[in-house]
Amino acid sequence: MLLRDLAHARAGDKGDTSSIGVIAYRAEDYARLERLLTPERVRAHFAGIVHGEVRRYALPGIGALNFVMEGALGGGVTRSLALDAHGKCLASAMLEIELPEEA
Amino acid sequence: MTRSIRIGAGAGFSGDRIDPALELAEHGGLQYLVFECLAERTIALAQLARQRDPEAGYDRLLAARMQAVLPACRRQGIKIVTNMGAANPLAAARKVAEVARSLGLAGLKVAALTGDDVADALRGTETPLEEGGTVAGLGNRLVSANAYLGAAPIAEALAGGAEVVVTGRVADPAMFLAPMIREFGWSLEDWDRLGRGTVVGHLLECAGQVTGGYFADPGFKDVPDLARLGFPLAEVGEDGDAILTKVAGSGGRVTPATCKEQLLYEVHDPARYLQPDVAADFTGVRLEAVGEDAVRISGGTGTARTGMLKVSVGCHEGWFGEGQISYAGPGALARGELARTVVRERLRLIGLEAEDLRLDLIGLDAIIAAGAAPAEPREVRLRVIGRCASATAAERIGHEVDSLYLNGPASGGGVTTAVREVIGMRSCLVPAAMARPALHWLEA
Repeated sequence: MLLRDLAHARAGDKGDTSSIGVIAYRAEDYARLERLLTPERVRAHFAGIVHGEVRRYALPGIGALNFVMEGALGGGVTRSLALDAHGKCLASAMLEIELPEEA
Repeated sequence: MTRSIRIGAGAGFSGDRIDPALELAEHGGLQYLVFECLAERTIALAQLARQRDPEAGYDRLLAARMQAVLPACRRQGIKIVTNMGAANPLAAARKVAEVARSLGLAGLKVAALTGDDVADALRGTETPLEEGGTVAGLGNRLVSANAYLGAAPIAEALAGGAEVVVTGRVADPAMFLAPMIREFGWSLEDWDRLGRGTVVGHLLECAGQVTGGYFADPGFKDVPDLARLGFPLAEVGEDGDAILTKVAGSGGRVTPATCKEQLLYEVHDPARYLQPDVAADFTGVRLEAVGEDAVRISGGTGTARTGMLKVSVGCHEGWFGEGQISYAGPGALARGELARTVVRERLRLIGLEAEDLRLDLIGLDAIIAAGAAPAEPREVRLRVIGRCASATAAERIGHEVDSLYLNGPASGGGVTTAVREVIGMRSCLVPAAMARPALHWLEA
């Protein structure tokens, strides 16, 4: 199951840290996201892009997870050489994550 | 009946559209209109502009925005709060007064808020930077240092009768929180109310990003009429809960989903969204559709402010040099890859000294340089960029891309080159007392 079919996302930036809010379309899918969309899975997906720690904050009240990824923006938005220096497109890249099927 | 006020967001960044602000001013039934126009780096660039011209250093669209909305705001008694003062709130306030006079709005009361500029107090100190190193370590590369001020001085300006408040660096949500403090007489230690007001301010601060802007993903999240996107307004009650909506008939949409994306935007720990006035807690926030394009926001809380202010520090970081060239049709990728190899070799041969260098193929790996390679693209664009100590060195990067015309792979086209100064932003924390907020009054 592709994350994109379950959730939508938006990326924000502060210095060299990217934060991505991932929001379940349907409240009933949130528990599954919380089980499967672990910081480890997100870190593995962004290997080569995110060089620091990935932290996850849960907001079950609105069916969302907030990921904070350090070392993700080429040394910081203002000095990064990246075409997308703010890492705005990382939200779409996040939705490419393939979640395992559950029994 | 609980008293409430209506606050609109007239801009979410310096380049934002102007007509939705006018639509809000004319049809939003507002008491306050807030323009957030000051990105992190903008203030450092504005500081450089001010060094060249003492009357410069504020938002380039200030006059155009004021010309558009001042007549409607004056007519209806709508107060304006904006950080378009950037590095020069006093000059910006003079400009607002000048625009008001030219529109025949004599007597318009304008307040300028200064005191966010802490460069003189900070320069040469051992204050640690979040990115490593200290302020002293930046030496004469330091361009600017501006503290994020809170809502109190803005609320004071409004209480003093200001019709337009022009600030420099302030926390974005504070511009929305200030009218609530002023109207409802909230204590500056009522953490829950300040927290709730911050939730509302945070949802509004990026304007169209909560009304369906930056949201559309065809087939997944459809948004009607983005070309006429309406900007948001919140009807806020005395307890700090609110209904977020937009002018009827405008483009876009307001749903719990649009609000959720914005609620988490640029947030780290949602239980501690640190502001100069309060540590807001978003974890209990509830968002509930209460009609078409109307969402009730409740459940925000807060805890005591930290007593420290975040400071954005701008510093010279050399020069970017960049060049781009496109390849299309059969073999586009192979020719693009060859061009990339050639430029890398050329930059080595000429001994370019770059602190940082990157060679991307747009269409292949410029944005997401990870994962499986996609099917062969019909066109690719080589983008070479480096950061150098001097403009002269930076220019050589574009020159090496340009010279691919006669010396590189077949049928490359559309070369562009650029050189620009790099102003990097760092941040640090300072005791709140280092900032000295002060109001200055002008009348049109």
